[in-house]
Amino acid sequence: MSLPTSPRARMHGGITPPGNKQQSLRHPIRRLPLPPQLIVPVEQRGEPLPELLVSVGDRVEKGQCLARGRGERAVSSHAPAAGVVTDIGTQPLPDDQAGGLTCVTIATAPSTASTRCLPPLDPARCGSEILLQRLRDAGITGLGGAGFPTHTKVLAAIGRVETLIVNATECEPFITADAALLQERVDDVLRGASLLLQITGASRCLIGIQDDEPAAIASLQAALADARFQLCVLPARYPHGAEALLVHVLTGKEVLMGRPAIDYGVLCHNPATLHAVARAVLHGEPLISRVMTLTGAALRDPGNYDVLIGTPVATALQACGLDEWQHSRSLAGGPLLGVELQQATVPLTKTSNCILATTEAELPRPPPPQPCIRCGLCADVCPVRLLPQQLHWFSRSGELDKAAAHHLEDCIDCGACAYVCPSAIPLVQQFRLAKTRLAEQRIRQQQADLARERFEAHQARVANQQRLDEQRRHERAALLQRKQAEAAARAQAVNTVTPASTPSPQDVIAAALARVQARKAAKLAAAPTALPPEGEAPP
Amino acid sequence: MSSRVTASSPHMHLGHGTSQVMQLVLLATVPGFTALFFCFGWGVLFNLLWVPACAVACEAVVLKLRRRPPLATLCDCSALLTGVLLAAALPPTAPWWLGLLGSGLAIVLAKQLYGGLGFNPFNPAMVGYAALLLAFPVEMTRWLLPRDVGDALPDFVTALGLFLGQETLTPIDAYTGATALTLFREELGGQTVAEFWQSSPVLGHWSGTGWEWVNGGFLLGGLFLLYRRVIGWQIPVTLLGALALLATLFHDGGSSASHGPPLLHLFGGASMFGAFFIATDPVTAATSARGRLVYGALIGSVIFCLRAFSSYPDGVAFAVLLGNFAVPFIDRCTQPRVRGQQK
Repeated sequence: MSLPTSPRARMHGGITPPGNKQQSLRHPIRRLPLPPQLIVPVEQRGEPLPELLVSVGDRVEKGQCLARGRGERAVSSHAPAAGVVTDIGTQPLPDDQAGGLTCVTIATAPSTASTRCLPPLDPARCGSEILLQRLRDAGITGLGGAGFPTHTKVLAAIGRVETLIVNATECEPFITADAALLQERVDDVLRGASLLLQITGASRCLIGIQDDEPAAIASLQAALADARFQLCVLPARYPHGAEALLVHVLTGKEVLMGRPAIDYGVLCHNPATLHAVARAVLHGEPLISRVMTLTGAALRDPGNYDVLIGTPVATALQACGLDEWQHSRSLAGGPLLGVELQQATVPLTKTSNCILATTEAELPRPPPPQPCIRCGLCADVCPVRLLPQQLHWFSRSGELDKAAAHHLEDCIDCGACAYVCPSAIPLVQQFRLAKTRLAEQRIRQQQADLARERFEAHQARVANQQRLDEQRRHERAALLQRKQAEAAARAQAVNTVTPASTPSPQDVIAAALARVQARKAAKLAAAPTALPPEGEAPP
Repeated sequence: MSSRVTASSPHMHLGHGTSQVMQLVLLATVPGFTALFFCFGWGVLFNLLWVPACAVACEAVVLKLRRRPPLATLCDCSALLTGVLLAAALPPTAPWWLGLLGSGLAIVLAKQLYGGLGFNPFNPAMVGYAALLLAFPVEMTRWLLPRDVGDALPDFVTALGLFLGQETLTPIDAYTGATALTLFREELGGQTVAEFWQSSPVLGHWSGTGWEWVNGGFLLGGLFLLYRRVIGWQIPVTLLGALALLATLFHDGGSSASHGPPLLHLFGGASMFGAFFIATDPVTAATSARGRLVYGALIGSVIFCLRAFSSYPDGVAFAVLLGNFAVPFIDRCTQPRVRGQQK
C-alpha cells in the first residue's frame, strides 16, 4: 500500500467529456469464442517485408512463429490459434486508410495442443541483450498507440533514463482496457515494469492514472510494495495521456516539441505493453492476444475482452451482440482520437485498444459548421496553448506561413478545440490538412533549395574548371616561351658559328606582326575623320 | 457504410451551439431590462420590442440580397442579440425611426457588409449607437428622470406618443433631465462631492437614482454569464478595475475638483452593461487571455477619460469601438507562449 504522489505540473486547458466508462467495466475481462478466421498482420510499417516461415496450406499451431522481421526494428509474428494458412497477402487494416500490410490468413480449427511457447527466462540471470531479443521474438510492440517496437524503444533508453512512466491515463471516453488490466492483472503489469527498470537501469517508476478509474487505483495501491514505484493520480481530463503532456505533468519537465521523452530521462510505456513484456519474459508467451474494450450503445454485451490478434472486427462485434438496426458506425479507438472504420472485415491488431460500435443517438454527427465567433473556447482548452481560432483563419485562407508562425506544427491533434467549438467548426481536421500542406510545402522548398545548391555548386565547379584551364594555358604558354627562348639562344649560339644564313622563323613572325600593327595604326588614324565631330550636328 | 462521408476524429462534440451562447446572453439581459423598465417605464418596453424586430428584419433582407439561407442564419440569434443590446442602450424616449435607423446601421453597415457573423471588426450595436449619437445628439441624450425623482414617468399613452414621434402632443421636457454622470460633469460648481450629493435628488445611494439599479441588474446578468462560462472574467474585471482605479485616483478626496467617486462610475451610465455585455462580444474582442486583460483595461481607461475629459457624459460606445480598433495590435503583441517552446 502506498500513498499517491501529487502531479508536478498542471496541464493547460483540456476537456472533460462524459467518461462513459461504466458500460465496459460491468464484467471482468472475458474471452471471445474462437473466430473461424484470423487475419494476422506480419508486416510492420516502414520495415522490409518479413521472412515468412509458413506458406499457404500449412498447418500452424497456436503460438507458432509465422514470420520473422528482417529489419533492426522488426519483430516476429505468431499464430494466435491453431489452424490452416489459407492466404498470404495485403489486407486493409483499421488504423490505416491507404493500402494495407501483408497479413497471414488462418482458418482456425479447435485444437487440444497447448500453446507453443518460448522457454521462460529468469530475468536475474539474463543480460539485457537476451531480454531484448526475447521481446523481439515474442513480437512485442507498443500496445498503446503507435505500435512502436518495444525492444527498440527500450534499447534507446538503456543508461539514459532515470524514470519509467506507466501511462495508465486512459483519458479518452469509453476506453477501459488498461483499467481492466490493472484491476485483474496488476501483478504482471508491475513485473513488466520491474523488468524494464532492470534493463534500462532506471531508478524509479511513476504510474500516472486518472481519478475516474477508482477500482484500478485501489488495485494498484494494494499491489504496490516496491519503494521504486510511485502512483500519481491525476484529475480526469483529456488529453492527459499524450506522452509529452504526461511527462510534463508527472515530472515537471516540459518536453520540447519533436524531441523524444528519452532525451529528458523518461521512458513511457502503456500497462498493456508491460503486461505483454512480463508474459513474454517470465512465461515465454508470444503476443497473440490483447485486452481491448468492445463497447458502444450498439452492443448488447459491451465489456473488456481478451481478443486474439487478427480477429475480424465484424466477428468480434457479433460476438458482443451487435444491434444492426441501431448501429450507425464503428470507430477504432475512442470518440476523440478514433478512426471511423470503412469496412468491418478489417482485423483487430496489436494496437487496437477499443472498438466503439455506436449509435446515432449516442454519438451524433456534428451539426453543419457555422462561422467562427472568436469565442476563444478553443484557446482555453488547447493543451499546447495554441490559438486555434487564429490558425483557423490562416489555414482556411491558405496562409500557411502565418499558420506556421502561430506554431501550427506544434498541434498534437488532440481535437479538444473541435470538441468545444460552439460553431461546430472542424478545427483539428483543418489543421491536419494544413499541416500536410505545410509539410508538402517544406519538402518542395527543400527540393528547390537542394536544386539551387546543386546548380550553384555546378556553377562554382565550372568556374573553377575555367580558372584551372586558364592557369594551365598560361603555364603552357610560359613553358613554350621558355622553350622557344632556349631554342633561340641555342640558334644564336649556332648563328654565331655560321653567320649570314636565311632569316630565322622568329624574324619572319616579328616582321609579319610589325606589318599588321602598322596597318592597324593607319586604320585608327583614318577613322575619326570619317565621323562628324560630336555635338556639332548640322541643324 | 462506405457511401457515407467519413469524418476524421474527434467524433464527439460538446453540443453547445452558437445559438445557445446567444440565447444565454439574451437571458442574462433580463435583470437589467427589468430594472430599466422599472426605472424608466414603457419606453423601454417599446424599444425592446421594436429594435430587435428591426434588426432581425434588416438581417433577413441582407441575407436575401446576399443569397444566403435566411432561416438558418437567423436561428443563430445573433441579430436578435444585437437588436436587444442596442435597445438597452437607446433612451426610453427614442422615436421609432431612431431604433430602425440604429439597427439598420448596426446590422447592415457594421455586420453584414463585413461578411456577417464573425467577420465584423467592430461591435455592431455600438456602431449603431455611436452613429446615432453623432447624428442625433438631442434625441439620443434625452433620458427620462427615473422613477421617484421627477414628477412621474410618462404613462402608457404618453410613452406611445413619444415612440410614434408625436412630440407635439406630449411635452417631453417635463419628464427628461440630466443623468448623474452629466450632473457631475456640469453642475458640481464649487461644491464638494458630499455637499453636492445631498443637494441633488438625482443621486441615490452610490450613484444615480435608478441607474444604480440598472447597473446592478446588468451586473447580476453578467455574473450569470460568468457562472455559465459564456464569458471569461478577464474583460469585465480589468475593464471595471481600470475604471475604478482611475476614478479613485481622480476622486481627489471628494473635493470640488473631483470627477466623482468610484462607485458613481462603476454603477453609473453603461458601465456594467458595457463591461459584461458589450466589451465581452467575442467577435470583436482580443483573442488570447492576456490580450483580453489588456483590451479590458484599455476600454476601462478610455471610458473614464471620456467621462472626465471629453464633452460626452458617457463614453462606453466610443471606448469599445476604440478597443476594437486596437484588437489586431493587441493580438499581435500578446501571443501566448506555446507549450514546449523556449521561454
